[in-house]
Amino acid sequence: MPLFHTDDQAMLLDTARPFLAEQAPVAHMRALRDADDRTGFDPALWARFAEMGFCGMLIDEADGGLGLGAVEAGIVLEEIGRNLTPSPFLATAVGAVTALKGGSRDQRARWLPRIAAGEAVAALAIDEGGKHRPNRIALTAARSGNGFTLRGTKRFVAHGHVADLLIVAARTAGGSDEPDGITLFAVDKGAAGLTAAADRLADASLSAQLRFDDVQVDADAVIGELDGGWAGLTRTLDAVRTGAASELLGVGTGAMARTTDYLQQRKQFGVAIGSFQALQHRAAHLYSELEIARAAVLKAQQLLDAGDPAAERAVMVAKAMAGLATTLVVQEGVQMHGGIGMTDDYDIGFFMKRARVLAELFGDSDFHADRLARASGY
Amino acid sequence: MSELDDFRAETRAWLEGNCPAEMRTPIRSDDDVCWGGRNPTFSSPEQKLWLDRMAERGWTVPDWPRDYGGGGLSPAESKALREEMARLGCRSPLYSFGISMLGPALLKYGTEAQKQDHLPKIARGQIRWCQGYSEPNAGSDLASLATSAEEDGDDFIVNGQKVWTSYADKADWIFCLVRTDKTVKQGGISFLLFDMASPGVSTRPILLISGYSPFCETFFDDVRVPKANLLGERDKGWDVAKYLLGHEREMISAMGLGTGGGPSLGKIAVEAIGAEPDGRLDDPVLRARIALFEVRAAAFRAMSERFLDELKAKRTHPAQPSMMKYVGTELNKQRHELMMAAGGSDALEWESDRSHGGAGARAWLRTKANSIEGGTSEVQLNIIAKRILALPGA
Ligand SMILES: Cc1cc2nc3c(=O)[nH]c(=O)nc-3n(C[C@H](O)[C@H](O)[C@H](O)COP(=O)(O)OP(=O)(O)OC[C@H]3O[C@@H](n4cnc5c(N)ncnc54)[C@H](O)[C@@H]3O)c2cc1C
Repeated sequence: MPLFHTDDQAMLLDTARPFLAEQAPVAHMRALRDADDRTGFDPALWARFAEMGFCGMLIDEADGGLGLGAVEAGIVLEEIGRNLTPSPFLATAVGAVTALKGGSRDQRARWLPRIAAGEAVAALAIDEGGKHRPNRIALTAARSGNGFTLRGTKRFVAHGHVADLLIVAARTAGGSDEPDGITLFAVDKGAAGLTAAADRLADASLSAQLRFDDVQVDADAVIGELDGGWAGLTRTLDAVRTGAASELLGVGTGAMARTTDYLQQRKQFGVAIGSFQALQHRAAHLYSELEIARAAVLKAQQLLDAGDPAAERAVMVAKAMAGLATTLVVQEGVQMHGGIGMTDDYDIGFFMKRARVLAELFGDSDFHADRLARASGY
Repeated sequence: MSELDDFRAETRAWLEGNCPAEMRTPIRSDDDVCWGGRNPTFSSPEQKLWLDRMAERGWTVPDWPRDYGGGGLSPAESKALREEMARLGCRSPLYSFGISMLGPALLKYGTEAQKQDHLPKIARGQIRWCQGYSEPNAGSDLASLATSAEEDGDDFIVNGQKVWTSYADKADWIFCLVRTDKTVKQGGISFLLFDMASPGVSTRPILLISGYSPFCETFFDDVRVPKANLLGERDKGWDVAKYLLGHEREMISAMGLGTGGGPSLGKIAVEAIGAEPDGRLDDPVLRARIALFEVRAAAFRAMSERFLDELKAKRTHPAQPSMMKYVGTELNKQRHELMMAAGGSDALEWESDRSHGGAGARAWLRTKANSIEGGTSEVQLNIIAKRILALPGA
């Protein structure tokens, strides 16, 4: 398969790009922030996502979805990134849908139609600390009656305070750092003993801390195998890592476009600053980094969609490379804007803040480079 | 199974049956490379056998038309062949400026007679070519070149000097930029092909920091070249030159892919330095440097695949080879710096047998030319800034 978009994928891009640019440009995110919105996204926009078929794009056709894959989700996410659109798309339409693919028929029947219709939002309750360490799960699920009692805390859960469905990684066996003994649960919003508090992060997105004070769930809340949740968790994480890489790429591409525009417009010493070779070379370097990141992300998406075992490493590369490239682009972008780049009025700073959050999400570049090294035997 | 799957399966079987085991090992040193030519040297009988077998199928140039000695493969088939060769660790049967540089320019700009004359000999490795572009006063500013070609009946008379001409002393023919009009810069350049055995051509090897002498000063003293050997129109050679440079840059960028088949950088480092009980390299800072390097190297490999796919589908930006060259060569330099760090003092050996005569250190030094030859990194960045990013006055 050639490493570029198929005609169908190009058509999807032709739909997604103007849709997001018109419905949710950066001004949309700015307006939500300025209004001190506490939902974290615009429900009306989410309804439009459903109308466009985006919410159910990864759901299998047998379950009433479009049966599309990581490449298509990446197309939408890149546009989300380019416009800095606050959206539960990644957590819900990619993360929860991937997790539920390993769930029971009942779980799928209960949640997937609502997700596809834009009626349910989901969140991934995995991390418990400030650094992504998915094997380090301390939240416990102890057997009680015909179900489980969940106790512990999850942190930095995007959309966790408004989600109808929480995908929770809990420890049912094993030691604190072990991949074995983790179980995935589907937990409803209204569960007794569950409290959520949302705080803003640097990029104005809302991130929830969830407390599970003896939350009771039935046995049928288990997604996949008891104690054997690692496989499903990894599959889910690989999907959202690749998705986050696409979103990062969009953020980087958006910042790059603004920066080259500025280099062409802004005049000093009687000429456009873009005619200074010192800046030209830096801009050309940024372009190159983004291009190789784009190739790495598409490679990971195609391998994921093909079910190729090489996808695992490709995802590490994609997330790490998208993080490196976009981090560089936004930093250089602010620098090349001069003083105006430091102002809240100007959008370029938003790109820097969003890039930082996405780079951290589901493992930063160091985390994935380290995994790559381990997987390569050094 | 699709036709492509069939092709892949047949190709795999053929490669397994026909690629000698010796040709499935990484190339050891410069003398281990097969260049072909009128007086070819082979480092082993297997090397010759491998070239003959591949040339017979047209697979030295899989996607050239069959009429010109190529394999006539579709883009998808050439990709499958490339992937299968990589899977088995097969070496390229032939390294050749004819294949990677001149061939594409001949296919695009050549007359039928020129194509018939030159392409099959390139495909079979019978004629070895060198590139006469750079001059003492025309490096990055290549279009300021001064080597002159004056008309004389049916011929041109060529006078002047080239420099850094790789393998000029071993090449059979040269593709050469000459000035046919002194009043305009780019518009006064023509592209000539001629035999290095022509009277008036002489070469003098230059010693490199690697201790090898792979390139030369080349002198032309009243060299007579038939007008029929003009590639493209007179005074329009700059277009041909730039087109060819795109292909040269693409070829050089492949350096960034690393040598196929050999152990990875991390494994080399573990071998040389040792590992912690959990398998991690016993040098955490070097490990981190290697890991971050490998992220970019893997991304570049994906980029290289994407670039070739886009190129075959004619959807790549014409200046994209500049980006490929810039990233690929800078990566290759980094790789060799890391190899030197991993090898420690062992990697510094220059003469010993165990180091194959200092192959590692010499290769490290050789890579420093990657970001100079074929247009420097700075020149590539200029091109990206101007042609892709549309920045002013670059
Ligand atoms: C191993 C090797 C093999 C080669 N093989 C061949 C060959 O087979 N045939 C052939 O014709 N040539 C060959 N070359 C020559 C090569 O193409 C030139 O060396 C190259 O184009 C640079 O020219 P220069 O050496 O004159 O450097 P210069 O042009 O003098 O450059 C010196 C420095 O100035 C920088 N610089 C120059 N102009 C600019 C600018 N506008 N903006 C920013 N920086 C600039 C350069 O990047 C470089 O860092 C080879 C070179 C090497 C090292």
